[in-house]
Amino acid sequence: MKKLAWPVAIILFLVGLVGVYQRLTLGHTGANYGSYVPWGLWVAAYIYFIGLSAGAFLLSALVYVFQIKLLKPVGKLALFTALSTLVAAMFSIWMDLGHPERAWEMIFRTNFGSMMGWMIWLYSAYFVLLLVELWFAMRRDMAVCADEPGFKGKLCSFLTFGKKDVSDASAQKDMKTLRILGSVGIPLAIAFHGGVGALFGVVGARPYWNSGITPIAFLIGALASGGALFTFVAAFWGPNRGSEQHKQIISFLGKIVIGLLLFDLLLEWAEYSTSLYAAIPAHTEGLNLILFGNYWWVFWIIHLLLGAVVPILLIIFAGKNINAVATAGALIAVTFLSVRLNIVIPALAVEELEGLKNAFTGPGLSFSYFPSSMEWLFFLWTVSVAGLIFLLGYSLLPLVSQKKEVA
Amino acid sequence: MPDILIQENLMVRMQEDIKRALQKPEAQRHWVMVIDTRKCVGCNACTVSCVAENKLPPGIVYRPVLEQEIGTYPNVGKRFMPRPCMQCDNPPCVPVCPVNATWKRDDGIVAIDYEACIGCRYCITACPYSARTFDTGHTYSEGTPEQMQYELEPNFEYGREWPRDEGSPIGNVRKCHFCLHRLNEGELPACVTTCIGMANYFGDVNDSDSIVAALIASPNAIRLKEEMGTEPSVYYLV
Repeated sequence: MKKLAWPVAIILFLVGLVGVYQRLTLGHTGANYGSYVPWGLWVAAYIYFIGLSAGAFLLSALVYVFQIKLLKPVGKLALFTALSTLVAAMFSIWMDLGHPERAWEMIFRTNFGSMMGWMIWLYSAYFVLLLVELWFAMRRDMAVCADEPGFKGKLCSFLTFGKKDVSDASAQKDMKTLRILGSVGIPLAIAFHGGVGALFGVVGARPYWNSGITPIAFLIGALASGGALFTFVAAFWGPNRGSEQHKQIISFLGKIVIGLLLFDLLLEWAEYSTSLYAAIPAHTEGLNLILFGNYWWVFWIIHLLLGAVVPILLIIFAGKNINAVATAGALIAVTFLSVRLNIVIPALAVEELEGLKNAFTGPGLSFSYFPSSMEWLFFLWTVSVAGLIFLLGYSLLPLVSQKKEVA
Repeated sequence: MPDILIQENLMVRMQEDIKRALQKPEAQRHWVMVIDTRKCVGCNACTVSCVAENKLPPGIVYRPVLEQEIGTYPNVGKRFMPRPCMQCDNPPCVPVCPVNATWKRDDGIVAIDYEACIGCRYCITACPYSARTFDTGHTYSEGTPEQMQYELEPNFEYGREWPRDEGSPIGNVRKCHFCLHRLNEGELPACVTTCIGMANYFGDVNDSDSIVAALIASPNAIRLKEEMGTEPSVYYLV
């Protein structure tokens, strides 16, 4: 898996460049979202990536805030996973803007009455916190690796910014700082990701979004999907692969992830069943699209079967097998895009007024949506960016300490 | 001819209504549109005149005419509902804008600053009437050997020239503004003047002598999705 990761990421990056080129030359004319379904794959990808990030970050708090010793060897991996996915999220939403060159306006003329206005500030604060926390988590290891020859040593040396104290006292001081940063980070990550959930939840015009459960479901979904991705990452890139300690870590993470996934499914059930029972058309139109529409398989096959049933069975029956747990994590993490798509699209793919569908035609004036090839290619590129950042970080930075390497 | 049969031309009266309104400060007038669905024949002349007036590119529409079928065969009927922007008094599209690029003007019109809009499209999702559309930059001469000059001509929305080159309003969200640029010159919105059945009424609702102020006081005047609390400035006579 580790050997495959580089070529896969590079191929995705190169193929995805076609999408980047198309986006830069064709603008939004190459996209299938438009006026009636104004948000498409890229917005879904954005909430998918920030969910992965927030989830991985919140699990890192188990190490840095709640001091769970078992997970300590993979704490930095969790933080770095959160960082890589957060960068991919930025590209995804940035290129979705009609005027990407005006993105900075969100800082300079923020409307704090808008959840999206809050989003940019919370995103930035979370990003900065993540970088600072990562630095404190790696500082001592970077000071150690600064002595290594070659580029890695030079990079480590530079990134310590002169703080090369490797004593236990300095490490303890770092841990204290990390505890404070992590404690600030928990409410910040919840505010950021829950806030993006609220960005959807407050839209009264879309009854499917307009629910108090929406921000909560965003958070639980983030924990489940981010936790799953982190489990997969820790299974293959964690320190001392094959050791008893590594096995314990992965099987522990597997259990946490399944618990979170089940909780997420419970929220989904609560939302769907109450709406369907009341059967108010504006509420159920979107749900009917999810369950029985053209893309029914996204929910039933990708989300429920591959993203829930199979991983749950894998962990119940092979929870001690690292490869099984890793597969379960990968399945949940990858298929969670279907959950994010099923939040964004079905709420928009319904007529707000009867007769709108046929009243006027033109590009973007359609209620059926499937991402265009440009959208898919660009999405693959953002995935590869997250992957490459992670792989580069893994090979150049002391993300894991493998002093007692077994495998 | 008996006096009762002498009627002032509706267009002339409405034009006088808006001239009177324009003499007041902006905050003291409130533009309102009334659409008589019983007079609408579904010809789409308003839609087309709006496209022509604002030089709307493919995929942008400010005023589609919705066709709704009523009843079951053999007792069937059709209702036509032209749908401009409702210029809500409580517009859900305004508070969601992350950069304050859209706002409620004192005269009731919900305006967009094309140069501030970042094209995030949050306002589109927030509008319960689908009144906002996203200008992705399509042209009518796409796929033909030559881009026609008429496509590059500027429109005059919000009282200034917007040539169709690379910049705004391409990449922006766009919507009906009651032809604000025409109103400020004392002209009625394009859809009102073009309607072949004179099904559109327009004026200042704060002026009790205006025709719209009289019309919305009738029991058959309704607004769309009242339950949303948006307080639209567009009324329908049904």
